[in-house]
Amino acid sequence: MAELINENLTLSEEERLKNRKRQDIKMQLPLHLMMAPSVILGLIFSIVPLFGIIIAFQKYSPAAGIFNSQFVDFYNFKRLFARADFSQALFNTVYIAVWKIVFTTVLSIVLALLLNEMVTKRGQKWIQTIVFLPYFLSWALIGSIFVEIFSVDGLANKLLLSINPNAEKIDFLARNEYFRTIIVGTDLWKNLGYQAVVFLASIATVDPSLYEAAKVDGANKWHQCIYITIPGIMTMIVLTSVLNIGNIMNAGFEQILVMYNPLVYETGDILDTMSYREAMVVGTDYSLSTAISLFKSIISCIFFVISYKLAHKINGYTIF
Amino acid sequence: MARKMKASPARIAFVILNDTILVLFALLCLAPFLNLLALSFSDGLPASSGQVTLLPLLNSGKVGFNFSAYQYLLTKNEFFRAFGISVLRVVLGIIICVSVELLAAYPLAKSGYKIKGRKYYVVFYTVTMFFSGGLIPTYLVINGLNLDDKILCLVLPLATNAWNMVLFINFFKQVPKDLEEYAYLEGAGPLTVLLKIIVPISLPAVATVTLFTAVAHWNNWFDGYIYMKTKNYPLQTYIYDIINQLTTLSKSPDPNTQALIKNLPGKTIRSAQIFIAMVPIMLVYPFAQKFFIKGLTMGAVKE
Repeated sequence: MAELINENLTLSEEERLKNRKRQDIKMQLPLHLMMAPSVILGLIFSIVPLFGIIIAFQKYSPAAGIFNSQFVDFYNFKRLFARADFSQALFNTVYIAVWKIVFTTVLSIVLALLLNEMVTKRGQKWIQTIVFLPYFLSWALIGSIFVEIFSVDGLANKLLLSINPNAEKIDFLARNEYFRTIIVGTDLWKNLGYQAVVFLASIATVDPSLYEAAKVDGANKWHQCIYITIPGIMTMIVLTSVLNIGNIMNAGFEQILVMYNPLVYETGDILDTMSYREAMVVGTDYSLSTAISLFKSIISCIFFVISYKLAHKINGYTIF
Repeated sequence: MARKMKASPARIAFVILNDTILVLFALLCLAPFLNLLALSFSDGLPASSGQVTLLPLLNSGKVGFNFSAYQYLLTKNEFFRAFGISVLRVVLGIIICVSVELLAAYPLAKSGYKIKGRKYYVVFYTVTMFFSGGLIPTYLVINGLNLDDKILCLVLPLATNAWNMVLFINFFKQVPKDLEEYAYLEGAGPLTVLLKIIVPISLPAVATVTLFTAVAHWNNWFDGYIYMKTKNYPLQTYIYDIINQLTTLSKSPDPNTQALIKNLPGKTIRSAQIFIAMVPIMLVYPFAQKFFIKGLTMGAVKE
């Protein structure tokens, strides 16, 4: 071993480069083999299903399969666009998603700034730990908890009655006027802590000497916040907001699936839930269902590309 | 100037207000959990009639503990079976997903001229990140492979998680190159280098991805609902199934549904089930928090 290193050390620069090149070539096969399991699984479960979207242009029947089903061009989309519940679901999707993005972004910045101003680090840790927790629980659990809370015999009505004993009990999740508010509110409850922690981590990277300098210049805490902290995390805020543009069609499938019911389809049904129901609950219209998800994917994709292009332009952001 | 600034009254007022708001917000985050816990320890009647707030109530109207919901669950085989399937899923998920991601991340962390065709791989993984065929095409693939109702169909599709790979890649890039170079000079192959040198140095990244994977597998429920038969539901799917039946039935105009609702587990038992499903996450969470924060910020922002 020592000889090998010594030998290498005595080689000329040119020879060493050649050696390295030879090694690189020798390593190619093992490197590609290491990627193989991941590539194969990705091909099967991500890429092959991509070709499945041709179902959206077929009159798919499970008996005939994807290769023998009849092609019907844009028939499924025409059917779709003619339906009133489709345009309603499209509106609900964008409406819920936009409010979620706006509230989460603004309130998480506020929460991060407030957390940053806590005097004791221990208190900050405790609060952070508590508000971060719901992020790690699934909508199957969180949604179920809120279904119970907003039911006729739940915590929400109990509070309502304790404020006004004569109030009539409300079945919150069955009422269109409350449904979207509850969806956005419970989503905030689940994800605000996570976003705030991300911003808080970003605040921690601001150069402390800036604060020292500002103090010498007589800046109070408010000035420090406005002129140092916020500009310090501005790139992070812009980056988060820009990347969020790509989520404009994601209103939260799992959350709504757990929390909605037929009485609130008008305000709560989104493209994802509609697509799921058409294929697996009320019917087995695989073609219509795939047409809905394809429609959503195309719009999503446009917004994703725009948001990543913007992020790259503003911040040099790349994924890999 | 080393003089310590004296706190102004406005500053003191702000600090008190700030801390109060945050404590209230934290309580707001805790309240649903406390309510859930209180419900699970209450008697059936006060729970179902909406009397319980943050402390468990007994039939007498007094605060007290009733353990019968948990005792009942101890005897319930379906619940244990669902719990076991979830545990199995998490274990398999960690083994398969983390190794597949580690193996693929190492070559990708090398620069373009060290591994040929790197840019094609990048395109491939970017596509898997942002495009999906959707519910039905994926369902048809899994059906076509005869994987439905098998635990592998819950594990394998999650094994190419490009976000986790990005986390590994960012970490691997920081490992000093000299260590690897020596090993290669001694004739070691890339797999040996990955296992003997890179992984031991990258343990924080491995821990983070392992935790992400474990939480994801514990929490995923929709795939179980689509692909598994009722008796093979993982725990969270099992819980969703109950709440789904309940909401569907209770909002249905059909008068016969009341009898069907009676067959479902009562509110105290439902609450106890949800709480037990939360326990593994809550046990891991306090220790895992710092890894999560590191992982999240590493995935989100690259230095």
